[in-house]
Amino acid sequence: MPKPAKTGPQPQNPAQLIRDGRVVRNEWRLLPADDENAAITAEALAPGKVILPLPVWRRLREDLAERGDEIGVWLDSDETADQLGDDAGQLPLVAVHFPAFADGRGFTTGRLLRERYGYTGELRAVGGFIRDQLTYLRRCGFDAFAYEGEEDPAALLSSLRDFSDSYQAAVDESQPIFRRRALGG
Amino acid sequence: MYRYDDRDRTIIGERVAQFRSQTERYLAGDLSEEQFLPLRLQNGLYIQRLAPMLRIAVPYGLLNSEQLRRLARISRDYDKGYAHFTTRQNLQFNWPRLEDVPDILAELAEVEMHAVQTSGNCIRNTTSDPYAGVARDEIADPRPYCELIRQWSTFHPEFAFLPRKFKIAVNGAEADRAAIRVHDIGVQLVERDGEIGFQVYVGGGQGRTPVIAEKIREFLPEEDLLSYLEAIVRVYNQLGRRDNKYKARIKILVKALGPEEFGRRVEREWEQIRGGADRLTPEALQWARSFFDAPDYADLDGAAADSALQSQAEGDKAFARWLERNTFPHRVPGYRAVRLSTKPTGVPPGDVTDTQLEAIADLADRFSFGEARVTHDQNVVLADVREDELLELWQAARKQGFATPNIGTLTDMICCPGGDFCSLANAKSIPVAEAIQRRFDDMDYLYDLGDLNLNISGCMNACGHHHVGHIGILGVDKKGEEFYQVQLGGSSSENASLGKVLGPSFSRAEVPGVIGIILDTYVEQRRPDELFLDTYQRIGLQPFKERVYAKAS
Repeated sequence: MPKPAKTGPQPQNPAQLIRDGRVVRNEWRLLPADDENAAITAEALAPGKVILPLPVWRRLREDLAERGDEIGVWLDSDETADQLGDDAGQLPLVAVHFPAFADGRGFTTGRLLRERYGYTGELRAVGGFIRDQLTYLRRCGFDAFAYEGEEDPAALLSSLRDFSDSYQAAVDESQPIFRRRALGG
Repeated sequence: MYRYDDRDRTIIGERVAQFRSQTERYLAGDLSEEQFLPLRLQNGLYIQRLAPMLRIAVPYGLLNSEQLRRLARISRDYDKGYAHFTTRQNLQFNWPRLEDVPDILAELAEVEMHAVQTSGNCIRNTTSDPYAGVARDEIADPRPYCELIRQWSTFHPEFAFLPRKFKIAVNGAEADRAAIRVHDIGVQLVERDGEIGFQVYVGGGQGRTPVIAEKIREFLPEEDLLSYLEAIVRVYNQLGRRDNKYKARIKILVKALGPEEFGRRVEREWEQIRGGADRLTPEALQWARSFFDAPDYADLDGAAADSALQSQAEGDKAFARWLERNTFPHRVPGYRAVRLSTKPTGVPPGDVTDTQLEAIADLADRFSFGEARVTHDQNVVLADVREDELLELWQAARKQGFATPNIGTLTDMICCPGGDFCSLANAKSIPVAEAIQRRFDDMDYLYDLGDLNLNISGCMNACGHHHVGHIGILGVDKKGEEFYQVQLGGSSSENASLGKVLGPSFSRAEVPGVIGIILDTYVEQRRPDELFLDTYQRIGLQPFKERVYAKAS
């Protein structure tokens, strides 16, 4: 019996999510990183859009090549952006897991996927992040938010724009404030 | 000093609105205690033993008189009429009501202040030398870099949820007055071949596991400051431990990897981002420096001012003492920097009343271009005072209780709020400080002892910096009773060191007597011109230990 792949909390996969600033239906299934899935085969994977744990995707990527547009990957908080690296460019969706809102590793993961590895597909935050992190997540390149809290996602939209300006360069802003100021902007 | 423009005002105003909404959601029951906790912490709001505590950011300790008056008003309108200067050059209110905090933040925003990131696992207020811009041994003014770091770190989207809190200090002078080697990142300005740059230290800190920071870069070009900091914090955010809060600070990661390997990882990350958007252009540096231009100094005859001062001092011993201990040489002839002491006997170190805050504002306006600085040892500096106005300033400061001539002496202690206020404390610290001040109230004796830092913490979290006191006192709990451990030989200066524990701990009543024996030992053993720390470093712990415990047995 193999050891459990993960012991921490697994992301849920709510029916609705925020994407591109709107509430939309979640079209993707998410495969938890558990024992059963650790050994799953490509044949056993039901048709339709599915987000796989990184180790599962690595093992099955050749077998799943024909299902390209239906296969996404999720990174747990101890899996860094470089573990996916340039491969991200082949994927339509990458999800980053926040096991708890206080675990901020995923902010770096998101930013590096966008800025270093040039990933342009859907970047989805999954897990226990909170409403008040939406601005930070957006600035780190996330454009989809599978919120697990009790509030209606529509009530959260305004928090994507808690701040209309920022000090740093990030995914949403190529120039830090000191350069924008120098330009008189 | 730095002044907000519309962009700063927008960002800080939106922060106030955001926190108002969060507080309303919490009070309405829509946010749980657990959910509200990180939000209030990132706005400096703690729930303490008796009441909330609100920590206000004072960027690198710099305040203008308008801000001081507003802080006074807030302490009167929303608190009990006093406030507390902290060891990170910030200011705390000890009794605000939770529901008033959004209004307090709105009042602060009106005078270009906030409480952003004064708590929580994020990058905290950057600290620096209280004599920045005026010290004679300065390589370059650290404040423009501090301000650039402040802006870079404020609401940094990637680094708001680090493994643990993160503190940066910048020192611009030859002497380290910013304790950079007990910070998560310490930045030392250096000059090489006419170019300004930085030595970078990482992984220092106090708390339960005190560590002196390791140098990971000998010379970082000026333009690369922010990208290098970003690389350090990024490596930490990815690799720092998150399973145990007591092992989550960057110092643990640096120890685990070794400073060489940690440095290599930082350099690897930095190679990818240096030259990017965070590179400080000459225009950006010029812009940042423009806020810290020298004030409009008078053209004075320094030698004449010095000799006039000398004759005033000859006629007045009390004034002479104050001049010796509480003023600091200035790079401009005819000027000095002045330390206002917040530590007369019987007042908790760092505490000031609303009227005292207003008095500091008045003194700043009258004598020092309207600005004041909070120091990490909880006093206040007026940085630009004319020597021919020192007598007048001294007389005015005396009336307000700010002229205790004890700066740098035994009774100028750093002391945390301790068990009287703090829910983490194992023991009270303020009564210990007071007992020591009362026992050693003979100024001639204190002057004879010379420079001597005595620091007191009420628990091992070390807010009172006991690890780096020449004499450090730590409150410990022994079966429900308060005891105090004594350490010797710590220092936070350029030759930073951690104190060594003398031996078994003492009851509160024993502490002043123990300090007395330690001082006697020093006085007997010292060579001419040796300060306490010099003697300790020469003779070690043993002679002190033998004397102290011989008496006890």
